[in-house]
Amino acid sequence: MISLTHVLTLSGLLFAIAVAGVFLNRKNIIVLLMCIELMLLAVNFNFVAFSRFLGDINGQIFVFFILTVAAAEAAIGLAILVVLFRERRSIDVEELDSLQG
Amino acid sequence: MFPTILFFVFAAVLLCAALGVILARNPVHAVLLLVLCFFTSAVIWLLLDAEFLAIVLVLVYVGAVMVLFLFVVMMLDVNIEEMRKGLAGYWPLALAVAGFVVFAILNVIVVKHLGGLTITAAAPSPVGYSNTRVLGTALFTRYAYPAQLAAVILLVASVAAIVLTLRQRTGGKLQNIARQVAVRAKDRVRIVKMASEKRP
Repeated sequence: MISLTHVLTLSGLLFAIAVAGVFLNRKNIIVLLMCIELMLLAVNFNFVAFSRFLGDINGQIFVFFILTVAAAEAAIGLAILVVLFRERRSIDVEELDSLQG
Repeated sequence: MFPTILFFVFAAVLLCAALGVILARNPVHAVLLLVLCFFTSAVIWLLLDAEFLAIVLVLVYVGAVMVLFLFVVMMLDVNIEEMRKGLAGYWPLALAVAGFVVFAILNVIVVKHLGGLTITAAAPSPVGYSNTRVLGTALFTRYAYPAQLAAVILLVASVAAIVLTLRQRTGGKLQNIARQVAVRAKDRVRIVKMASEKRP
């Protein structure tokens, strides 16, 4: 029988992997965006699990909205990335320091 | 018993694929492993009776968002080796932060038992239960306005993505539609009255 503890542990491990990925790939913005997608997936796991084990459909509605906003975020983020690459020929985070002077 | 085995198998695949995403040297491999992550997550959500969201995850995420990622990764000509340089020193920090996250979450789940929240085993869904119907009923009654707002967010996002990446090429041979429409015949054609020629 799948228990709530199993799913929550799985989502916690997934979130930790994504956080580690942010540190390990801090130069490549594309992989950073993918790590953010992984984090959102882990959060969605929590919502789905609680929705199932508390018998409350509202959690799944929340997942629906998170998916919507995440799709919008990915679209705008990748558009900014394309413009950035066109301007600078690089997506290295450490070279993006023109705002701080 | 069988769903539990399925859960553990797919959870193992999910965690391995997630590790692959953050460790892959080639961003294309990372994207493909992320697709595997979403597929296995969809299976686990199916096991948790969230059929509609599982299908949405595969259709929207794998079908649209990850394909977008794949396009961008393949379009940008990024020097991968240059990217990996000098990042080996971050291993201890990454492990420490990830370990702290795992510790904090497991502390809440296992040691404190979710703050005394008592959850019995989930009741099996009744016969004829339709996850899509229940979700749709909630979405279009109680959450009707948030659903509209989500639609507006998607519209704004698509407009923003197009505006950001739109590039006006200079020197292209483009039609000026307004000038074409505004043209009148008298500007272009001159009608000359003249006497007809005599037959010789």
